Amino acid sequence: MTRLSDVASVIRSKNAGPYELTFDIIFKDRAWFEEAKRINLINAALICSLYGVAEEDVIDIIAFEPANAIKATIKRPLVSGAIGETDVYGAQQHVPLLSVTFGSE
Amino acid sequence: MMGRPAMKVLSPTAILGYGFPETSFAAAMGLSPDVIAVDAGSSDPGPYYLGAGVSFTNRAAVKRDLLIILKAARERGIPVLIGSAGGAGARPHLDWTVDIVREIARQEKLTGKLAVIPADVSTSSLLDSLADGDLIALPPGTPATEDDIAASTYVVAQMGEEPLIAALEAGADVIIAGRCYDPAVFAAVPIHRGYDKALALHMGKILECAAIASTPGSGSDCMIGTLDDTGFVLETVNPARVCTVASVAAHTLYEKSDPYRLPGPGGLLDLHETRFEQVDPGRVRVTGSRFVPSDGYFVKLEGARPVGYRTVSIAGARGPDFIAKVDEIIAGVRARVEDNFRDMPKGSWQLIFRIYGRDAVMGVLEPERATVSHELGIVIEAVADKQDDADTICSFARSTMLHFGYPGRVSTAGNLAFPYSPSDMKAGQVYAFSLYHLLKVADPVSPFPFELSNLEDAA
Repeated sequence: MTRLSDVASVIRSKNAGPYELTFDIIFKDRAWFEEAKRINLINAALICSLYGVAEEDVIDIIAFEPANAIKATIKRPLVSGAIGETDVYGAQQHVPLLSVTFGSE
Repeated sequence: MMGRPAMKVLSPTAILGYGFPETSFAAAMGLSPDVIAVDAGSSDPGPYYLGAGVSFTNRAAVKRDLLIILKAARERGIPVLIGSAGGAGARPHLDWTVDIVREIARQEKLTGKLAVIPADVSTSSLLDSLADGDLIALPPGTPATEDDIAASTYVVAQMGEEPLIAALEAGADVIIAGRCYDPAVFAAVPIHRGYDKALALHMGKILECAAIASTPGSGSDCMIGTLDDTGFVLETVNPARVCTVASVAAHTLYEKSDPYRLPGPGGLLDLHETRFEQVDPGRVRVTGSRFVPSDGYFVKLEGARPVGYRTVSIAGARGPDFIAKVDEIIAGVRARVEDNFRDMPKGSWQLIFRIYGRDAVMGVLEPERATVSHELGIVIEAVADKQDDADTICSFARSTMLHFGYPGRVSTAGNLAFPYSPSDMKAGQVYAFSLYHLLKVADPVSPFPFELSNLEDAA
């Protein structure tokens, strides 16, 4: 089974301002990017199940063709740097995405 | 329109103080740039630096970068623009940077006009803005409150290119600005000279992280943007790095939620029609970006307020029985602390246990809840209204956890391994973001008046 980490050159997370956490998946080539779009691989339900967040906290999922990339953005559990923060820059929240698979093909 | 000579903007480093190879800088100067610009700041390192008025970069490292940049630029007579000085770009950060600039000017006998542009917004004017409905929340952020405004130690607004252009028109050779919209320092000179605003801002958006948009990316190396009337070309000067369509387009995604629509002061950069094109193996040309002015002029505010004092203790655990029961043990320690200090007002302190090796990195977002590590890193953290109280809670929680008795305990000499003596560290005052909102302003320039002097003037 093909994993996202096999076909993406970049899978990363980072703050997008202090309220949002954004995930970037940059595919190695146009074909895998198109395939991910065709089967709607990165969707709100997937993000909710990977991160245990509510659907209303998934802010946006956008495909960006110039970079063969899909981006998902969620509401941060805490405003960046608030008491109880675990990752001020939001740079280590990407891991659950690594093992996402392209169904059973 | 055609025939205007292309102009070159040099971005030596992603953040002032992050450095750049001198060989790269010399090669970049060999291409005769028309301006050198650096974005010195970010809100990414969190609220502390803005709230406390402290830079997240190191003074010696900032001086090293500034010395090389200022000497070269004054020799050539080209302008230097530094935005978001001192990291957070409030008055103390600005003063800190200007002090370094004057020290360099004295040492190197540099002359020229220096413009300093503060970005601070007073809390009294913000309370008026709140009352007038001119403070707009940025979802998922919540509306601003009087309490958050009044408690803020520093509030800055991100200026656009207009206040920088006003300083250029007054003859500034070197501009040290407070908090700026990141692309503004790169776009100001081109826009002032009549180049397209959308292209200048988009070029600035990529140059602000210097060579991060190349491959292999680096925040500590030079990048050059060459702007003409229909587009711009990005290139590195280090033969070890190249700009590719993939590296440049990928950077457009970075730290933003929608790569097609990039809002900033006065409007929106629209990239729906943007084309990225490989001109040769190392250079990328970008065309088609558009600027859509907003109805009214809005600047983004950043504010921080103190929320208490912190003390932390770092420990490790290796015992399998302790690791298996760590949640019960934490609950037991917490109950002992609450009981022992029940005279301390409820809500005046918080106790946090961070369990590295389980869920300390991802917290509530962690999908793998079962502990599998053979050892755990434990950070015991207390935050309280007073430093003494934070010390007390942390110290008591640490000693209680060290000697906590639990069923099946075999290691009765102590549950924790401490790497340090003293085991507890005061982390000082803690800040939180209090404002991240839009402020409607009557015009782009008047909130950001510049202060003009000579580089050679005494401070």
